[in-house]
Amino acid sequence: MKFIDEYRDKNLIGIVSEKIHSISTKQISIMEICGGQTHTILKYKLEEFIPSNINLIHGPGCPVCVTPVEYIDRAIELSMKQDVILVSFGDMLRVPGTEKDLLSARANGADVRMVYSPLDSVKIAVDNPEKLIVFFAVGFETTAPANARAVLQAERLGLDNYFILCSHMLVPPAIEFLLSNNNIRLDGLLAAGHVCTVMGLNEYEILSGKYHIPIVAMGFEPLDIMNAIFILIKLIEENKCNVENQYSRTVLKEGNIKAQKIINKVFVKEDREWRGIGTIKDSGLKLRDEYSKYDALLNFVFENKLTKVNGVCIAGEILQGLKKPSQCISFGKECIPEHPLGAPMVSSEGACAAYFRYRRIDNCNIKCKM
Amino acid sequence: MCLAIPGKIVTIDDSNEDLKMGKVDFSGIVKDVCLDLVPEANIGDYVIVHVGFALNVLDEEEAIKNITLINEMLNSE
Ligand code: SF4
Repeated sequence: MKFIDEYRDKNLIGIVSEKIHSISTKQISIMEICGGQTHTILKYKLEEFIPSNINLIHGPGCPVCVTPVEYIDRAIELSMKQDVILVSFGDMLRVPGTEKDLLSARANGADVRMVYSPLDSVKIAVDNPEKLIVFFAVGFETTAPANARAVLQAERLGLDNYFILCSHMLVPPAIEFLLSNNNIRLDGLLAAGHVCTVMGLNEYEILSGKYHIPIVAMGFEPLDIMNAIFILIKLIEENKCNVENQYSRTVLKEGNIKAQKIINKVFVKEDREWRGIGTIKDSGLKLRDEYSKYDALLNFVFENKLTKVNGVCIAGEILQGLKKPSQCISFGKECIPEHPLGAPMVSSEGACAAYFRYRRIDNCNIKCKM
Repeated sequence: MCLAIPGKIVTIDDSNEDLKMGKVDFSGIVKDVCLDLVPEANIGDYVIVHVGFALNVLDEEEAIKNITLINEMLNSE
């Protein structure tokens, strides 16, 4: 398909690989923020195409993985209520809460439905006026405009049976958290192209200036990733701290202003807990007061249960790039995609699931074959 | 979750003032997509679609430039 096939061209990937080898001299660590990109790197075995002195660290950019357990528990609790239909993106159904996941709630009789688009959840509300519809709105900046638009649509249609359980997270505050707190030294960042498509590059300019780190906005196909690594390595080798845009066919410097306006109309920033990482200041979005009638947290009564994360799961360290999945004692044993102990084993963008799928017998430091 | 893929707009439905929708072709699979965030989009444009919403119109010139630059790396040996 156009705009996909050419970015999977093996010859072109080979050319960029040679170029990276020819300019790379330093021992460095770079992080790809987004789980979708981690997935591509493992699927296409891109680590074999870059020199062994470049360490790729997988970042926290998987919204499914970082949604706090508390929200999963609340979604499950809501789904068990008689008059509620709990609507969610498919990825969330297997994420373990304290006791169970949404899929097992459904097996126990809860009305849990999967949708492709947030607008489908609004349609379910229109079609089921006697029911209360709760849409589990998770995601990063990429998904926020769609979820905000769904709330506006519910308002336009005058629905009073539509609510969202909002667990939106923002990427730049998490990057800042890693850059300021992490005991891992990062020499460069590969930013998530679709987050930048919506938000633009300004926030990354600020981060780059403050922490003296080069950042490249990167696309999702294997050639995008190799090309972005080349641009980043060049910046690092030349001691430059610029922000560059590899994904210029989709990312504009200013982002999508209309999408940003919709997000700001409906949501406002708040502190948010990232599963396994902790609370990060201003890293989440909640509904503005004007839209509080759509906020499931304010309009339903919850039991005050204590949430608990599985003790053996080291997802927090993995999401911060401190460890690789294969360093978890449960990886591939008690924890597999069919029985995940932690969120990174659930989503195809989770580092544990990507390692399990594409690199079962792990060799963390695949040496360059070239 | 953050998966977004390019598809080509085949029809635009402006009839609903509230919500601009269209049909987008992803290599033969045609889906309904909300075009509200890309008011400038026309039939024939490629858009990047995520959870049923077009996030941006793909800049074909930039795509060609990108691939050309990579091809030129080969000749710059
Ligand atoms: S392998 Fe499973 S238990 Fe280990 S960190 Fe990954 S999700 Fe958690």
